[in-house]
Amino acid sequence: MRRNSIAFWVGAALFLLAVVLMTQLIRNEYPFFAGYVILQFVVLAVAWSILGGYAGYVNFGTSAFFGVGVYTAVFLSKALGAPLAVQIAAAATVGALLGFAVGLLTLRMQGIFFSIATIALTIVIETSVTNWRFVGGAAGIQMQRPPVTPPFETYVQMLFCVQALLVVVAVAVARYIQSSWIGRGLQALKDDELAAECTGVPTLRLKVLACVISGALMCAAGAPAAMYLQYADPSSAFNLNYSVSVLAMSLIGGTAHWAGPVVGAILLGVTQQLLAVTISSEVNVLVLGVMLVLFVVAAPEGLIGLIRKAGRYRARGEA
Amino acid sequence: MDLLLGAVVIGVLLGCFYAAVSLGLSVSFGLLDVPHVAHPAFLVMASYAVYFLNDRFDIDPLLAGLLITPALFLFGLAAYRLYYETFEKRGSDAGVRGIAFFFGIAFIIEVLIILQFGVDQRSVTASYIGKAWRIGDMRIPIRLVVAFAVAAALTIVLALYLSRTFMGRAIRAVAQDQEALRLMGANPVKIKQWAFGIATAVLGIAGALLIIVAPVEPTLDRAYIGRTFCVVVMAGLGSMTGTLIAAIILGVVETIVLTLFGASWAPAISFAMLLGILAVRPQGLLGRRS
Repeated sequence: MRRNSIAFWVGAALFLLAVVLMTQLIRNEYPFFAGYVILQFVVLAVAWSILGGYAGYVNFGTSAFFGVGVYTAVFLSKALGAPLAVQIAAAATVGALLGFAVGLLTLRMQGIFFSIATIALTIVIETSVTNWRFVGGAAGIQMQRPPVTPPFETYVQMLFCVQALLVVVAVAVARYIQSSWIGRGLQALKDDELAAECTGVPTLRLKVLACVISGALMCAAGAPAAMYLQYADPSSAFNLNYSVSVLAMSLIGGTAHWAGPVVGAILLGVTQQLLAVTISSEVNVLVLGVMLVLFVVAAPEGLIGLIRKAGRYRARGEA
Repeated sequence: MDLLLGAVVIGVLLGCFYAAVSLGLSVSFGLLDVPHVAHPAFLVMASYAVYFLNDRFDIDPLLAGLLITPALFLFGLAAYRLYYETFEKRGSDAGVRGIAFFFGIAFIIEVLIILQFGVDQRSVTASYIGKAWRIGDMRIPIRLVVAFAVAAALTIVLALYLSRTFMGRAIRAVAQDQEALRLMGANPVKIKQWAFGIATAVLGIAGALLIIVAPVEPTLDRAYIGRTFCVVVMAGLGSMTGTLIAAIILGVVETIVLTLFGASWAPAISFAMLLGILAVRPQGLLGRRS
């Protein structure tokens, strides 16, 4: 366990170092544009699987949290001219509060009713933001990027590094939860909520806690998006595509281990970036749908499950 | 006051239309427990089939809806078979993966429609579309009256089918106690497959009504996820008369809010009602069982 931890933190440090080196060495802007989106999906997928994977509560409200993150940043930047770090911190706080509210509201719902409730919440929040004049309403709002601070040359490079930092935070949190009593409790309530409750697992508190953590991370991931696009509008910030993409990424990767959503997000994210550039955004959504159906039908445990199964067969063969 | 009365009248008409588009879900989700989030996507797909027949061969939309019904029935049979083989048979968390599965299907249908018909709005032509009755100050579009009459007839036919025919009773039996049915020597899977076929076949007429009431676009299904699930959950899963009453409530509330606060709040109404109901009664308003 100890050695695992050291390996993880060394890996995380190397990853961040590589990201910073990239910004110094690569002159082309495009890798950062594309990479930012992929990293953003890694954060969202990892955050999603804290509630959706460990606890088995399928949250379709990813776009609600993402959009609230975007609009927290928009509001702060417009009202106070707050810097990016403040925007992200505030978004994480708002996300935690929203997660708490979602947890309380949906405590007693299970299975599909929870999923439907989260979709409903997304649309209700989206409609409220659409009717909120101050942040632009349905027409959206233009964002002005502040001047960039060295060592970064462009703002997108900086956002890329910020999102990489969020990836490390999200993975570290997910990894901690997975190996701690929280993760074990969530796993227990996923298998059988009643039995878990009876054996003394505080299921309600754990569920709310998972909602809070997951929500905070999702909102934080959404906060830099307004500056990235230099524009925000409700129908794209709260687009259902985010929810389904993130769900697909987590299921494709596998939800039993924190590496699952990371792998799934990179795989699907890279595919989507390539397709969006080479073919069209419609085909992009088609691939998303097909991959989702294929994996749910053929590989219910995701890639992680497939790899584990292969490993088990090999072990049996050698024995 | 007149404004409000007008809103209520329009709301009732609209509500009956909502009942028609929710009936299928009332069977598939309400009775069979299938997390059928692709139901509205199937509905929009049916509307586009009606549009195609109307545009190409100049067939009346309602007749076109009737014509595609058998094809939809077969499509429903196939869809349930696929769902059963991959989820229900394996047991475990069928609901969780099932909802992801149906979302995938819904996205695929959306994109196929976009690739075939483009993202523009489409509408049909018929003699009764575009005209209106005037009663005093009130203006009632005839397309809504047509939708109202057909929807009411459809609801009655389906309710009678479920309560009077042998197969209909079998469907309600399978919803009540699948194991008991198996002990009687009946095959619950075949009955559920048949029921899912019926639930999809109803979408032929419902899809025709959808495109008669207003133009359709490929992503229209997202708005109807809220409306149909709101109606079915409010109705107390699986009751046809309940579906009609719930749909009328939704129609009236939606029209009144539209009249008072403006159209920009429209998408949230059904979802907010749904959220409210689920928060108070996690199993639906008249939950069939826990």
